[in-house]
Amino acid sequence: MLLAVAIPILMKTVFPEVVSKQAKMVFDAIDDLPDGSRILMSYDFDPASQGELLPMAQAFTRHCSVKGHKQYYMALWPLGSPMVDLSIDTIESEYPDMVYGEDYVKFDYKTGGEAVIRMITQDLRGMFELDSKGVSLDDIPMTKNVKNIQDMDLIINVSAGDPGTKQWVQFAATPFGIKTVSGCTGVQAPQMYPYIPEQLAGVLGAIKAAAEYEAAIDIAYPSIAANPKAQEAKRRMGPQLVAHCLMIILILIGNWIFFMSRKRGQA
Amino acid sequence: MSTDTPQKSNALIWGIIFLVGAIMLVWSMTTSRTGQVWITPEQQAFTADAEGKYSATDSPAPGDIKWTTYNVVPDSELTQEAIDSGSATLSWSRTIGLWLSAIFTLFILSFLVGDNPAYKFAEAMVVGTSAGYVMVIGLWDVFVPLLWGKLMPGFVQMAFLPGMDASGGTQWLYIVPAILIVMLLFQLMPAGGWISRWPIAFFIGITAGYRMIGYVEADLVAQIRAGIVPLWITGESGFEFWPTFNAILLTVATFSAMVYFFFSIEHKGLVGKTARLGIWFLMITFGASFGYTVMGRIALLAARLEFLFGEWLHFIPTS
Repeated sequence: MLLAVAIPILMKTVFPEVVSKQAKMVFDAIDDLPDGSRILMSYDFDPASQGELLPMAQAFTRHCSVKGHKQYYMALWPLGSPMVDLSIDTIESEYPDMVYGEDYVKFDYKTGGEAVIRMITQDLRGMFELDSKGVSLDDIPMTKNVKNIQDMDLIINVSAGDPGTKQWVQFAATPFGIKTVSGCTGVQAPQMYPYIPEQLAGVLGAIKAAAEYEAAIDIAYPSIAANPKAQEAKRRMGPQLVAHCLMIILILIGNWIFFMSRKRGQA
Repeated sequence: MSTDTPQKSNALIWGIIFLVGAIMLVWSMTTSRTGQVWITPEQQAFTADAEGKYSATDSPAPGDIKWTTYNVVPDSELTQEAIDSGSATLSWSRTIGLWLSAIFTLFILSFLVGDNPAYKFAEAMVVGTSAGYVMVIGLWDVFVPLLWGKLMPGFVQMAFLPGMDASGGTQWLYIVPAILIVMLLFQLMPAGGWISRWPIAFFIGITAGYRMIGYVEADLVAQIRAGIVPLWITGESGFEFWPTFNAILLTVATFSAMVYFFFSIEHKGLVGKTARLGIWFLMITFGASFGYTVMGRIALLAARLEFLFGEWLHFIPTS
């Protein structure tokens, strides 16, 4: 299995991705918004899920940046804050024209999970009086007119567990009808699909959906397609395919051995 | 046949893998810049205009704000000329950090051989570092602005958060959570541990209340509403087969799975067959969930191997 994963990485094997309906729904939810729309991005994951979730988080950032959306970053996990920093690094290095405070802003981690969500649906300043740099929200151009997150055009949640997408659906999307999309780990994905389309506008489940989302962005925005850093999820699907093929072969061999052994035992 | 033969075979296989790895590492170190991080400095300068608003400038004057940032040089841009001219320098701190990351990754992966001291050490380091980091983040992002900042706004504004608005004065209601926090610490006392049960009970009660509202609204009412769908779907072009099929499948799966959990009637005859169908739908759901989990784990392994082969060993050029 180690070799099945390692060899495609070393060979840089990348397979073409077909954009699924789910990935297209998420893409459209972001792309159909008018340029400069307000998007709240909550990174509710930590380094343990970085390999699975960071590619889609970075894809969200690039998509929102190329559309010129206003990005409001926050984290409900304490180690989500450094993950947000990675996306802000991407903005600073790849979109140098974007200005902190005018195009993107970061709020610090706050404890409380669903209590934080519930509070900011009513009063953003009740939880975030200052941004992560210690500046009052009233002095930041992109936050001074935001009363609460009902003013957002879309919530993007990248989730590895609790608190995560379920809490955003329960306390923001369902009661207030705030349009929400989710990128989540594979473990969570089957629990999130029932929320589509009424409570969630789309779900990216695991690295496969992230790769499809990257493919959708590549088709629409050739400038991103030319960026090798923006192909992270697609690159990670090479090892996935080989490893899954190996697993299928091993399952078939295991079953064949089982049935042959049983047949011999009966004889 | 000796019972420890499989263990010896395992040890032999892993020994060979580590030997091959070590040889590749030595080979890579002699032919490339394996395990090294090279950086290039970038000067940042900001000058103030008449209104006191700062903007970036390429020609800083005395009194302007200046600092230096260091960017990692990707493999494709790291040339001998850049090194000789001094525009790219070896970063010892980042190089040490890179090696620590690689070594700890290998320590964690060593669990595949079996539980061992290297894995235990790495595990303890991850837990300890995470706990310390979370404590510091909790102090500065939560405790200081949301508790001290409410109880002692003037002091917090002066000492820690100059951007904070302290004009509202002390908010005495916040003395309640402060007292609850102190009560919680009684858990650590040999006597008086019962005092900590009050804040714990309060916390559990609040959480249960919050969650109940969320679940009833989003997972009960909204999901029942989403589950009641027309079973004969027509569009502009008339009857639509797949949407109709999906609607019927959703209804049958929901109903049969619910029947499986309905224990007031014995699962015999039609009820038994329906419950059995429900088990099939449940198993397919669990299978999908398990398949997704496997995909997630492979993605994590691929990410670590990409790090080892890319940033550390430079088998894959970094961009």
